[in-house]
Amino acid sequence: MIISVASGKGGTGKTLVATSLALSLQDNHDVQLLDCDVEEPNDHIFIKPVITRSEAVAVPVPAVDEKKCTHCGKCAEVCAYNALAVVKDYVLTFPELCHGCGACSYLCPEGAITEAPYNVGVVETGRAGNLTFGHGKLNIGQAMAPPVIRRVKALTDPSKLVIIDASPGTSCPVVEAVKGSDYCLLVTEPTPFGLNDLTLAVEMIRKLAIPCGVVLNRAGVGDGKTEEYCLREGIPILMTIPLDTAIAGLYSRGITLSEGMPAYRVAFRELYARIEEAARA
Amino acid sequence: MREIVVLSGKGGTGKTTIVGSLAALAESKVLADCDVDAADLHLLLAPKIKEEHDFRSGRAAVIDADKCTQCGLCQEVCRFDAIHDYVADPVACEGCGFCAQVCPEGAITMQERLAGRWFISETKYGPLVHARLGIAEENSGKLVALVRRQAREMAERDGYDYIISDGPPGIGCPVISSLSGAHLALLVTEPTLSGRHDLERVLGVCRHFGVTAAVAINKYDINEANTAAIEDYCRRNDVAVVARIPFDNVVTEALVAGQPVVEYDDGAVTGEIKKLWDIITRLAAG
Repeated sequence: MIISVASGKGGTGKTLVATSLALSLQDNHDVQLLDCDVEEPNDHIFIKPVITRSEAVAVPVPAVDEKKCTHCGKCAEVCAYNALAVVKDYVLTFPELCHGCGACSYLCPEGAITEAPYNVGVVETGRAGNLTFGHGKLNIGQAMAPPVIRRVKALTDPSKLVIIDASPGTSCPVVEAVKGSDYCLLVTEPTPFGLNDLTLAVEMIRKLAIPCGVVLNRAGVGDGKTEEYCLREGIPILMTIPLDTAIAGLYSRGITLSEGMPAYRVAFRELYARIEEAARA
Repeated sequence: MREIVVLSGKGGTGKTTIVGSLAALAESKVLADCDVDAADLHLLLAPKIKEEHDFRSGRAAVIDADKCTQCGLCQEVCRFDAIHDYVADPVACEGCGFCAQVCPEGAITMQERLAGRWFISETKYGPLVHARLGIAEENSGKLVALVRRQAREMAERDGYDYIISDGPPGIGCPVISSLSGAHLALLVTEPTLSGRHDLERVLGVCRHFGVTAAVAINKYDINEANTAAIEDYCRRNDVAVVARIPFDNVVTEALVAGQPVVEYDDGAVTGEIKKLWDIITRLAAG
C-alpha cells in the first residue's frame, strides 16, 4: 500500500501528518517513509534518521565532441528546451535547462554528442528505529525537481507500507510525487486559503484517479466552509487535529505528534484503518 | 521602479498575508501573484478581472492510431515513461518531442497545450496580474515569467514605483523564475526547525542569483529560542531581519473576513508589518 500526503497550500501540516503516521505505524507494520518534497525536505528533522547511503542525482546532458561536430544545427533544432545553441563554429550547452530526454545525442547525424551526468540533487537513505527512510534534496540554484523526485520514488518497496510526503502546490512536482499511490491524504486547514488550495488539490487528485480523504488540521480556526465543501464533494474527513499551541510548540522543536503526544498514536492508527477501508472501497 | 518578491522556502509561513497587507500599505504599485499553482492573493484583494488570456506553453505527444504500426520505438526512446500501449499520457509527457522525431511512420505530432490562464485585474489597492496554471500542468516557471513581464510592462508604462509579488514556496523552477532580477527578496519564515532549515535553502538561492534578501520572522513568539537562532544566523550572514511579527488569531480572522490584516486591525501585527514596509522600501532602493 502506498499512501501519499499532499495539500495544495503549504504549511498545513503534511510533514507533521506523514511523520506522525509513519512513527505510529512502525511497531505493527514494515513502514517506508519517502520525503518527496525535494525542494524543502523536512521529514528528516522529525525522524532523525541515520543516513547510510547518499547518491548524487544526475540528469544526462549533452557533451559535444567539437572534432566530430559539423555545426549542422540538428541538435538545437530538436531540443524542446533550448538547452543547446549552435553559434557559428561552436555549440553552447545549457545543462540547467536540459531535461535529459536524449533526443540530441540520438539524432546527431555525426554521432558527435554523448551524454554526461549533470548533478541536480542527492538522494539519501537510511533508517530510524523500525522505519526505512529516504529523501531527496534538490541542489541550490537548480530548477528541476522531478528528476530528484523520480529517484526517491524509485526507492519504493512494494512489500512495505509506503508513506510519501509531497511538496505543496498542484503542478509537476506534486504530480510526480503522488502518482502511483493507492490513496492520497490531503492535509488542509479550515481557512479560505486552505479551502481554495484544497479544491485545486482535489481536482489534481481526481485527474490522476487516486482516491483521497482529508485531514483537517488546526480545526477551530477559520470558518466551517471546508467541512461544507468536503460534505458536498463526498470527500471523507478522516482525521481532525485541533488548533493547539502545544502542538505548534512541539512542531517548532521538530517533535512529531506520536512522540510528543503519544495519545495521538491511537488516532493515527485509526486514521490508517480508515484509509485501508477507503482504499478497498 | 523597484521589484520586491516575497518568498519563504517553507509553505504556509505567511507570504500571502504579508503581501495582502503590503498591497494596502504601498501607494504606487502593481501586484503580481507568482504562486501560479496555488494562488491565494485574490482572496484578499477581490479583483475585478479586466483582461483574461490563454497561456499556451509546452507541447504534448499525440499518437495517431491509424498511422501507428506499433513498432514500439517511441516507447523505447521515451525517458519519461509517458507512452504505454502506443498511447501517450499527457500528464507524464514532458514535451521533448523525441518520439515524434524518431517515429518512422510520422504518426506522432506534438500539440501545443493550453497550460493555464492569466489575468489583469483591478483591485481597490491597484492593478493585479495573476494566473492559474492548469491542473497537473508543467511550465509553471514560464507562466511566472509571463506574469512578471506583464507586471513590469504595466509598471513602466504607467509609472508605478513598485512591483510587489507573492512568490511560490520551495526553491525550484517557479521560485527561480519569480526571483531572478528582482531588487529585493523578502523571505518570510517562522521559528520552527523546518522554517529555519527551509530559510537557509532559499537564502542560498537568493545568493546564487545575486538578489538581496531580507527576513521577516512570523509568529516569532511561538518559539523564541528558534527566533533568536534565526536572528543569529541572519546576522552572521549579513541578512537584515526586518520584522518580528507576533502570533495572533486576528490574522486568521482578517483572512476569513477577506481583508488584509492591516485594514482589519490596528494591533501589534499591523504595527510590525507597517514597520517592515518602511524598512524594505529603503532596502529595495539600495
